[in-house]
Amino acid sequence: MNRREFLKVSGLALGSLPLCRSGWAAPGSGRRLVVVFLRGAVDGLSVVVPHGESAYYESRPTIAIPRPGIEGGALDLDGHFGLHPALAALMPLWQQGALAFVHASGSPDPSRSHFDAQDYMESGTPGAKNTSDGWMNRLLSVLPGERSPTEAVSFGPTLPRIMTGKMNVANLPMGKNAAHPMPMDRPIIAEAFDRIYAGDDDLGRAYREGKAARGQLLAELQKDGKEADNGAPMPTGFPSDAQWLAKLIARDKSISLAFLALGGWDTHVNQGGQLANHLRPLGEGLAVFARELGPELADTTVLVMSEFGRTVRENGNGGTDHGHGNVMWLLGGAVGGGKVYGSWPGLGGQDLYQGRDLAVTTDFRHVAAQVLQRHLRLSDAHLERIFPGMPAGNAGLSGLIKA
Amino acid sequence: MTARIDGRIAVNAKRVKLVETGLPMKLVLLVVLVFSAVTARAELPPDAKALHVLNRLGFGPAPGDMRRIESMGIENYIQAQLDPESMPLPPKLAAQLDGLDTLHLDPVQLFGKYGPPLPARGEKIDPQAAKDSRRRAHVILEQAAQARLLRAMESPRQLQEVMVDFWFNHFNVFAEKGLDYLWIGAYEEEAIRPHVLGHFRDILGATARHPAMLFYLDNWLNTAPDSPGVHGQFEGLNENYAREIMELHTVSRGYTQQDVVTLAQILTGRGLRLGRFGGDAGDGFFFDRRRHDFSDKMFLGQKIKGRGEAEGEAALDLLAKSPDTARHISYELAQYFVSDQPDPVLVDKLARRFLDTDGNIRAVLDALFHSQQFWDEKNVGNKFKTPYEYVVSAVRASGEDVDNFRPLTGMLQQLGQPLYGCQTPDGYKNTQAAWLSPDSMMRRLNFATALGSGYLPLAAPGQRSEPVDPERLADTLGRQFSLRTSGAVDAAPRMLKPALILGSPEFMRR
Repeated sequence: MNRREFLKVSGLALGSLPLCRSGWAAPGSGRRLVVVFLRGAVDGLSVVVPHGESAYYESRPTIAIPRPGIEGGALDLDGHFGLHPALAALMPLWQQGALAFVHASGSPDPSRSHFDAQDYMESGTPGAKNTSDGWMNRLLSVLPGERSPTEAVSFGPTLPRIMTGKMNVANLPMGKNAAHPMPMDRPIIAEAFDRIYAGDDDLGRAYREGKAARGQLLAELQKDGKEADNGAPMPTGFPSDAQWLAKLIARDKSISLAFLALGGWDTHVNQGGQLANHLRPLGEGLAVFARELGPELADTTVLVMSEFGRTVRENGNGGTDHGHGNVMWLLGGAVGGGKVYGSWPGLGGQDLYQGRDLAVTTDFRHVAAQVLQRHLRLSDAHLERIFPGMPAGNAGLSGLIKA
Repeated sequence: MTARIDGRIAVNAKRVKLVETGLPMKLVLLVVLVFSAVTARAELPPDAKALHVLNRLGFGPAPGDMRRIESMGIENYIQAQLDPESMPLPPKLAAQLDGLDTLHLDPVQLFGKYGPPLPARGEKIDPQAAKDSRRRAHVILEQAAQARLLRAMESPRQLQEVMVDFWFNHFNVFAEKGLDYLWIGAYEEEAIRPHVLGHFRDILGATARHPAMLFYLDNWLNTAPDSPGVHGQFEGLNENYAREIMELHTVSRGYTQQDVVTLAQILTGRGLRLGRFGGDAGDGFFFDRRRHDFSDKMFLGQKIKGRGEAEGEAALDLLAKSPDTARHISYELAQYFVSDQPDPVLVDKLARRFLDTDGNIRAVLDALFHSQQFWDEKNVGNKFKTPYEYVVSAVRASGEDVDNFRPLTGMLQQLGQPLYGCQTPDGYKNTQAAWLSPDSMMRRLNFATALGSGYLPLAAPGQRSEPVDPERLADTLGRQFSLRTSGAVDAAPRMLKPALILGSPEFMRR
């Protein structure tokens, strides 16, 4: 255990710490990273559509997103690529230069298994199954500044692979009910459990982290309880969660790392409507998130990723099967937006990976590394710790994150 | 993966050693040493043994179970659990299950009674009627969840219920995918439950023909391109099910992308026939010859002659017999019943039993329950309960009657394990790494507090649950608590004692 981990653990081990106190010292940089993982492999060729490429339309006679200007067509980005029309809510961010994409990116590992590919992308060590921790947990261990129970938060009831490891990470429930009172908020009950969970074992640590994070959450939400929503209708589903998340981040400056995952992208059948129905709330949610963050967006980078892309050719049921290369999305004030980065390999027969998939020309770790180095200001040594054995290279990514 | 490979090396090394030494005297000595190590480790106190068996072969003790198992003997208890038909269901439970009418309908009946309205030819579906029928069909999921929880909490056939949980996750189906809301209960009744202690090939085959699985992993659409049956959505191959059969259901390794495509071709035409031309009742399975690829195929290095539906059965035979499948299932069982990181030696032993008995699950479990690793002290009380295990075991221990299941299904939702709600085909995991999180600890303790103090609305409307009696609860669990837990329980006000017991680290694990 290094000094930092010791401080964090021992700080949290003080069972008598006043938990509803606000004003945890914020970490040094004040900069943060939010990772959104699209589990199930989103079809990147429908997200950022290579509408300038005839092979795209030849491979997908029934499910291609039409060229810009046609009904239901892509929203042109740069003359060659266009955005899925269900992501229209993101166009203003593209125009403001706060949204960029890296196409033909992904994992160098060839697996088409959702579970292996997600595992590799979360451990940050493609091809190596025995990595015990996730790369965001290793990232947390090298972040500068004071520790806080909500420095790294994952949204949802379980801790994802990407966040597991030696460092304590909070998980917070999604949704508006998160702050509803519960028995554990009552001191007499909590104190009784404090005795049982005073030990330095896995359960004791999770208990104390949970209690501290809950205290911090309630304190932040009570700071200015009645906030006007400016008459805007309350969004539902992901936009609602994204709004809540943005509010929380804007108030709790100690949140440096956040993670959330969305499912439902495994479109083997009838891809068209299904994908649009999932992309629309995602795009609206990210737009709400950016708007709600306000000036905090300058210090925030959102990275959207998925385990692999889908086949270039549509399958026999109006869907796509498991493929290889995909597109990564970056959103935030530090992003050199308004541009599709990466090196585009093309979709002609000889360009395809194993004759069927979009090739990977940019390693997902290189994209994340740009954010870590240039936005979170980490050193090369830190980077080696977070992505051990990452090959050198960042071709095509110059300008992705502004200095 | 590496752990398993290590295991094989370790076993080989041991064999090599035996061959090298070769002397009878040393061999005897070795046997004696191994034997005494086993007996020394096995010397758990009788109470601890009884609790261990109740925790692993079932969902923990209900009031009276500890005394019952001690009087009948551990071995008799294990054998009875391996032979569930020998134990009658309590009449009350049987009557409650009888009353859940959707559980007694087959897939075609369910489609006819609860499926989307079928418009007359040329007419469009009325969206309001579709919505109404979807709402009406919600009773299917409710009854499935109710039956599952009732049996897990009340059935004396505890191992059967544990294995239903195990196999359902192994062959997971998601209730919210397309029409699967209709068949989620029937899938468990027809494809999973009858086979949980039987032969692996039977459960594999039953899931492969069930509409719930065919729909979930899209095989109902899987069609040979250019076959005479191509129409509408049925236009070509779909790899989804073929891939997951190999990755998740059987071998889990040693196959190529080409094998995935070939298995998809073998499975073309295995689809559904529901109502209209299919009659009023039936299993819903239909092999559509016109959409099948009749070419000869090479699958996993074996020639499979193109001959229709039988090709799929031949492919499943090959997969079920594979040593990789034996190892994969054995690893999962050892992880589920013994330890998050199972001993490769145990996995190897179970895999051999699996192969020797043609995949007889009962025989594999019998070997598992008599293994040194199952009784090793370091593996006792070391499995962090999944939310499902936690909720079911807490209600069992409390002895509360449940009429209202909402607080239980809601809790499972909050803890990230909604019943029939795992979206991905890998099913829910059962390791500590998957389920221990700060927020879930808070939620489990909230649940323990509400249940222990009688505030969880489990009773029928208008009735109140009683607070749990702390003395009786401690007896139920055999009073096996750490000093720290006992101290905290002793120091707490009476009203909080049951909450502390149900929220203790000892009760978080099994």
